Amino acid sequence: MAVDTLVQSRGVDLAKRRSLLIEIAIVAAIALFLIFALPWLISAFRLNLMGRFLALAIVALGIDLIWGFTGLLSLGHGIFFTIGGYALAMHLKLPQPPGSGLPEFMSLYGGTELPWFWRPFYSAPFSLFAIAVIPAVIAGILGYVIFRNRIRGVYFSILTQAATIIFFNFFNGQQKLFNGTNGLTDFRSVFGLPVKDNRTQYILYIVTILFVILAYAVCRWLTSGRFGRLLVAIRDDESRVRFTGYNPTGFKILVFAVSGALAGIAGALYTLQSGIVSPNTMNIAFSIEMVIWVAVGGRATLVGAILGAVLVNLAKSLLSEQFPDFWLFFQGGLFLLVVLLLPSGLIGWLRTSGVDLYKQLTGQTRLSTYPSLEEDPEVEYERKNIGD
Amino acid sequence: MNEKILEIDDLTVSFDGFKALNHLNFSLDIGELRVIIGPNGAGKTTFLDIITGKTKPTEGQVRFKGRNLRPYAEHQIAQMGVGRKFQTPRVYLNLTPRENLEIACNRQKTVIHTLFRKTLNAERRTVVGLLETIGLSHKADMKANLLSHGEKQWLEIGMLVAQSPDLLLVDEPVAGLTDEETEKTGELLLSLAESHSIIVIEHDMEFVRQIAKGTVTVLHQGSVLCEGTIDEVQTDPRVVEVYLGQEIHTNGPVNLEDTAELLGVLEGS
Ligand SMILES: Nc1ncnc2c1ncn2[C@@H]1O[C@H](COP(=O)(O)OP(=O)(O)OP(=O)(O)O)[C@@H](O)[C@H]1O
Ligand SMILES: [Mg+2]
Repeated sequence: MAVDTLVQSRGVDLAKRRSLLIEIAIVAAIALFLIFALPWLISAFRLNLMGRFLALAIVALGIDLIWGFTGLLSLGHGIFFTIGGYALAMHLKLPQPPGSGLPEFMSLYGGTELPWFWRPFYSAPFSLFAIAVIPAVIAGILGYVIFRNRIRGVYFSILTQAATIIFFNFFNGQQKLFNGTNGLTDFRSVFGLPVKDNRTQYILYIVTILFVILAYAVCRWLTSGRFGRLLVAIRDDESRVRFTGYNPTGFKILVFAVSGALAGIAGALYTLQSGIVSPNTMNIAFSIEMVIWVAVGGRATLVGAILGAVLVNLAKSLLSEQFPDFWLFFQGGLFLLVVLLLPSGLIGWLRTSGVDLYKQLTGQTRLSTYPSLEEDPEVEYERKNIGD
Repeated sequence: MNEKILEIDDLTVSFDGFKALNHLNFSLDIGELRVIIGPNGAGKTTFLDIITGKTKPTEGQVRFKGRNLRPYAEHQIAQMGVGRKFQTPRVYLNLTPRENLEIACNRQKTVIHTLFRKTLNAERRTVVGLLETIGLSHKADMKANLLSHGEKQWLEIGMLVAQSPDLLLVDEPVAGLTDEETEKTGELLLSLAESHSIIVIEHDMEFVRQIAKGTVTVLHQGSVLCEGTIDEVQTDPRVVEVYLGQEIHTNGPVNLEDTAELLGVLEGS
């Protein structure tokens, strides 16, 4: 019996490996479609929009990690997203070579000397590094303070929201340091390529896709093994985790920091494709939108986060083109609808009803596709409780 | 004299002036199985909260293997070798029994190890063995929220053992179980008692009779009312009074059936 169960667990491993290969193939197919086919199907303008949505999908993955898996509803990802954007924009705004002048807005406001913290952004490698690391560090510090003091649930959300307001006011008010409300815009070239050029935008689109894949892979790795199961355990019963001998604080800080880093990367990619970064994305509303994307797509599914971000934003851009005043109501309605009708989001719904529907349509019943049905405890359970 | 695994001196816990535990003294030998009984609100769960670090004592101290536990957090106390089963079963419902056990079984509970080190084969084998012990081998890979109440109770006991603690604290393990399940749980605890020190908190007198081979401690209003074998305890007039007094002085309607049952049990029927 004991050997049986061990063998069974090996069998599970093999099945896992096979489904991993299938997953890789699907990801590759989608990526190839997006890179090579989609540009032929839609205009350059739409492609640029798609690139932005995919950038947003990266921050959605971060939200899924911290909220979907770990159960911490962050309303502070606008901070990390925006700071990632600023980190790159500051590099782009600095006239090269170093010392050859100030970003134009600074001279406009009568600045004469470059503030000290702008200096490191002359360096491209530093800036690229900073895109992910500064948000991660801020998230880490914020997380350390909050989690160490065992602040959870609604209080965590409120604190992250308060942090968002503080950061918004800071960036919004610093005319001389960050160009205040207007933010940083009018980027000329990015690493030698003209930013507004279609070819450059296409390259950025591809880079964004690659980063979505990378982010997805990292999230999959984090959430699939024992670490991921521990995150779920923390989400479902944190104090039980403590009594089992784990200190959840470190786990939560790490996840929050990774999630912040993803938001930073998303912000930088978004900034490049929208041509502007401003405190506007530190509005609470934007951080709440991120949560809506994940809720619509399906919590704790990763794929759902990507899908939700892309679909909701696609709907947003289409609807707000047609009916500019209508979008906010629609978004509110969408959220209500999902919470009430599809509590586990699109992916959750697909997984349950979709599979059944498919099998009905293709005429396969569960019996004929499931040889071990008779021994399956889950089925046994269902039979007992629902009746065959 | 046996060596003590747990010593509690003059322990007081007050919540806003209300003393949930009141100058309580207690000690447990290594390898002993102790049953604690007491009416509702006697402070039994609070007693476990103190040992596991969830609540800190207002006065007095708890020593585990000779070490004062006050400075330690819950997870550190757990790592020292104290495992706890809660009054209501608390397993991770979205994970499978196998995954539940693997989480408990993990030897190195740091972030780095959990992230980078693969589950060892030895650990897997422990998990498989445990699944068999608690009778969940055939349900090892389905979500724990599909388990019955009794199976969840056992899974939680399995998780305790997977932690390989020296002291098991078990809070009302048979609440809500059928008679058959209760008896199986009793056997499980007795077999665990061969290699662990155990404190079991229980209301069900029949179950207490099944497992209490040694001392039974009666808690009342936060202190130890008396200690002795199950027969001594059941005939102790103070115990009889405490149980009956509580029933008679409740404000709500007295449940006659319960009272009758209690009387029967306490008179050693
Ligand atoms: N955190 C707390 N704050 C205030 N009072 C508390 C707290 N925890 C427990 N108490 C009180 O302490 C007393 C003892 O509670 P405890 O849960 O330890 O009882 P118990 O013996 O486990 O009862 P039961 O048999 O019902 O489980 C109760 O009166 C309870 O209301
Ligand atoms: Mg209790």
